Amino acid sequence: MPVEAIKVENLSFRYNSIEVLSNVSFGVEAGDYIGLVGPNGSGKSTLIKVILGLLEPVRGSIRLLGYPSSDMKAREKVGYLPQKMSFFNPNFPATVSETVALGLVSKKRFPKRMDAADVAAIDRVLELLNISNLKREMIGDLSGGQQQRVFIARALVNEPEILLLDEPTTALDPGTREGFFELISYLNREKKVTVMLVTHDMGTIGQFARKLLYIDKEIIFYGGFDDFCMSEKMTAFFGPASQHLICHRHE
Amino acid sequence: MSIIEFLSYGFIQRAIIAGAFISVLCSTLGVLLVLRRLSLIGDGLAHVTFGSVALALLFRVYPLYISLPVVMASSYGILKLMERARIFGDAAIGILSAVGIAGGVLVASLAGGFNVDLFSFLFGNILSISSQEVYTSIILSVIVLAVIVFNYHDIFSITFDEDFAKAGGINTNRINTMIVLFTAITVVLTMKVVGIMLTSALLIFPAVTAFQVARGFRNALFIAAAVALVSLTGGILLSLILNLPTGASIVMVHFGFFITAFACKNALDRKSRRH
Repeated sequence: MPVEAIKVENLSFRYNSIEVLSNVSFGVEAGDYIGLVGPNGSGKSTLIKVILGLLEPVRGSIRLLGYPSSDMKAREKVGYLPQKMSFFNPNFPATVSETVALGLVSKKRFPKRMDAADVAAIDRVLELLNISNLKREMIGDLSGGQQQRVFIARALVNEPEILLLDEPTTALDPGTREGFFELISYLNREKKVTVMLVTHDMGTIGQFARKLLYIDKEIIFYGGFDDFCMSEKMTAFFGPASQHLICHRHE
Repeated sequence: MSIIEFLSYGFIQRAIIAGAFISVLCSTLGVLLVLRRLSLIGDGLAHVTFGSVALALLFRVYPLYISLPVVMASSYGILKLMERARIFGDAAIGILSAVGIAGGVLVASLAGGFNVDLFSFLFGNILSISSQEVYTSIILSVIVLAVIVFNYHDIFSITFDEDFAKAGGINTNRINTMIVLFTAITVVLTMKVVGIMLTSALLIFPAVTAFQVARGFRNALFIAAAVALVSLTGGILLSLILNLPTGASIVMVHFGFFITAFACKNALDRKSRRH
């Protein structure tokens, strides 16, 4: 039986006394593409942060590629792309090359020196994202779309087997957004990278994801689009317009 | 008297040697602190240093022996206040800063009022630095800088994006604790160079000057260190030639570099916009 890329069991999380995730359990097969959706405050970003080890759950367990999520063997195989605006200081004095190199730090052992193989990996990922010409530019001097490509490069340079994306296209224009999702889809299809994407963009979910995980503190729905499109329960949650958008674009 | 003659004096050599190590230390930590919006932690810890010096004078102990543990404990306190009491960094620094000053005033009052020694720590006097203080400064600076160099990638990663670093398995608590404790050591060492009142200048100026012209993080660290070294040496020599207070002269040379870098950057930006 193949090892699941992500295995979450009986996971609960509280912010002080407010329960945000309640007894959440699910598994994600390697190479799958999951759209993680739910209303504001439903626990989507919290779930991603708990999986990443940024937040400590009240109870439950998480395994990534068969390892406990705290294990470095698991951590170094996970790529993470947060909402850009949530952390980025545009005045930070870092070049594109330095920024992308940060994605290699987790797999390094003390004293963490960068070598020729690392430089080659950075060059490869910059080429993949078509931003080799920006290598020596300052990250703060780039446009929003270019910056987001640099952060994707940072998430991919370590050749992750799992990619967790938390509303990655906020503040991107439609053209750049489309290109971004095409790239993620290519990585999932060709490189077999497991993708979990948090987004409010229902059209994107319908177009690219293969499964839908709908949470609102607990799991409301988890499954393929055929089941989802047949589900009357989902019409109540999404409304007929969104349901049509997802199901129509997925066909 | 020529500059060569000035440099032949032992007390000036000691000032430049100790000051050089402390300046590089300040500039390195300053880059990290400014980027993490903790610029004023130096100011806050300097105020705590004031309280701890008062305590040392009360008990007639060499100030470094009291200041070092007290300021290190306070810096750890700021970190924990930020993490656990949901207090923003500036507010946590403000709390410790006020307690430090109030504590110093109370202790000085208990000791029978302020005396000359306590005021001398407010503005420092690098020219009176002893050989023992030079050795202490060199040893502590080398240890701290070595640890920073060996943890460069982790520190860079956390400074840029703490969540990403933590998700990648970097022990962010260890690095954060390390940075605030090193800042505490640096502030205590800086007390002799420019005094408690001007300590934060040595942390902030090299960093903000470097950010005007740097092309990358590593580049910013080197430029900040160079600015710190030149400002220190220039400030000491300027104070000797013009018979001015040394600490204040060092700070004003720093300010001169910052204004020059700022003006150059603006001129270059305007030029590139025109083309």
